[in-house]
Amino acid sequence: MRDALRAVFLRDILQAWRRRADWLTTFFFFIIVVSLFPLGVGPEPAILRVIAPGILWVAALLASMLALPRMFASDYTDGTLEQLTLAPQPLSLLVLSKIVAHWLLTGLPLVLMGPLLGLQFGMAPDMLPVLFYSLLLGTPCLSLIGAIGAGLTLGVRGSGVVALLVLPLYIPVLIFGSGAVEAVGVGTAPGGHLSLLGAVLMISLVVSPLASAAAVRVALE
Amino acid sequence: MSFNWFRYSSPQTFYPLAGRLAPFFWIAAVALTIAGLYIGFFVAPTDFQQGDSYRIIFIHVPAAWMSMFIYVVMAGWAAAGLIFNTRLSSMMANALAPTGALMTAIALWTGALWGRPTWGTWWVWDARLTSELILLFLYVGFMALHASIDDPRRADKAAAILAIVGVVNVPIIYFSVKWWNTLHQGSSVSITRAPSMASTMLLGMLVMVFAFWAYSIATALTRVRGIILERERHAAWVAQLGTE
Amino acid sequence: MQWGSVGEFIAMGGYGRYVWGAFGVTFALMAGEVVTVVKAHRASLRRARLFTKRGDDR
Repeated sequence: MRDALRAVFLRDILQAWRRRADWLTTFFFFIIVVSLFPLGVGPEPAILRVIAPGILWVAALLASMLALPRMFASDYTDGTLEQLTLAPQPLSLLVLSKIVAHWLLTGLPLVLMGPLLGLQFGMAPDMLPVLFYSLLLGTPCLSLIGAIGAGLTLGVRGSGVVALLVLPLYIPVLIFGSGAVEAVGVGTAPGGHLSLLGAVLMISLVVSPLASAAAVRVALE
Repeated sequence: MSFNWFRYSSPQTFYPLAGRLAPFFWIAAVALTIAGLYIGFFVAPTDFQQGDSYRIIFIHVPAAWMSMFIYVVMAGWAAAGLIFNTRLSSMMANALAPTGALMTAIALWTGALWGRPTWGTWWVWDARLTSELILLFLYVGFMALHASIDDPRRADKAAAILAIVGVVNVPIIYFSVKWWNTLHQGSSVSITRAPSMASTMLLGMLVMVFAFWAYSIATALTRVRGIILERERHAAWVAQLGTE
Repeated sequence: MQWGSVGEFIAMGGYGRYVWGAFGVTFALMAGEVVTVVKAHRASLRRARLFTKRGDDR
């Protein structure tokens, strides 16, 4: 059981390593989107500091959404996904290890990069760790919720549909994530937001593997 | 007594039943709308605070209620279609989605037109308005997903999973938006609930709620008949219908 | 009855634009939906007949 999960996980990591350009796209997309805002809004530090948490979080949402099609697509075309559904292990757990691999490759870089970009926006030193923790709790939620959308849109016509499905479901993560950082900005404790973000993570950890596995099964019918 | 509950769960038996029921709901919708508008415009007094602009609630509140109610009913049908593998349930979910989206759009539009004279702004990022907007996105996602999958049964199942996830998410979204809104109180207009309403106002609103209810059922029944014909084209009973 | 004249009714105490804008668009949208739904059903019926006659899609 554990071997199977580890095998799926390592296989995804290895495959991603062979196609590094794919994953670097997400990472640079995040950086570029964030950098566009000062150019669009203007360089006033006071304004940038206020909107920074929201910008970083919206960019994280978009970047993680951009990476979603790659979660299952190649396994879907080459038949690996079909093999996984026939495996004796529960599909939901196998899907979960794929989600974890996906998060390590697309989510974790954003978590590490976030505070650095925060500095560019003149965030106060006490906001940066909170930004880090909010991204650390929030980006796994994005990968988990996104997996449902990725599974549902396997083999559909048109590529933009996944955005319509997933972005509305991302909203609570956006609110709690950027809210935590903003709370520090106005001098209140971020604990409430972070706890709620943790609660969202727990709920999606339970719901998402089941729903994603169901979605994958429907796609393979 | 062996009444077969599943007798009407097959498209073949439901198609004529829907055809017989729809006219009643159309008539009820028209009659209730006329009654509701009469009460709303000629019996209900002018509100002493909001003047006559409050009359928008006679359509705003029913539309907002229906928009939320239809989403839950739609998800229920979709889930039933997924669990019991009944085609008709999925078709009902499919028939309800556009009407639900329309109700959401009406609620947003009338809300804006009510908000302008009442709060002095077309739109505020209030918890209720924002949730309604997100609800519209959820409807759009459901319809877009269904439309983008060619195989109808696959589309039904995928859309059903999305609808169920959406229903789990709706309370979380509502709570998060509410929480977000209270923390940003300074930037938003505080919205007081509808003023204490005269009983005739309440009566007019209730009649309009039932009118919208009848309207939604009538449109859903008519739409589902079209969907049944499209999807059951190869069935013998449709062929028989075609020769009549 | 609180309306002295038709003009007063249309003015809606100065809120005519908002009230009629809301009701007008609502009923226009609903009427549009009714027309679409009824037409879609008729078109489906027509297509079903055509299908039966020819035995194939379009």
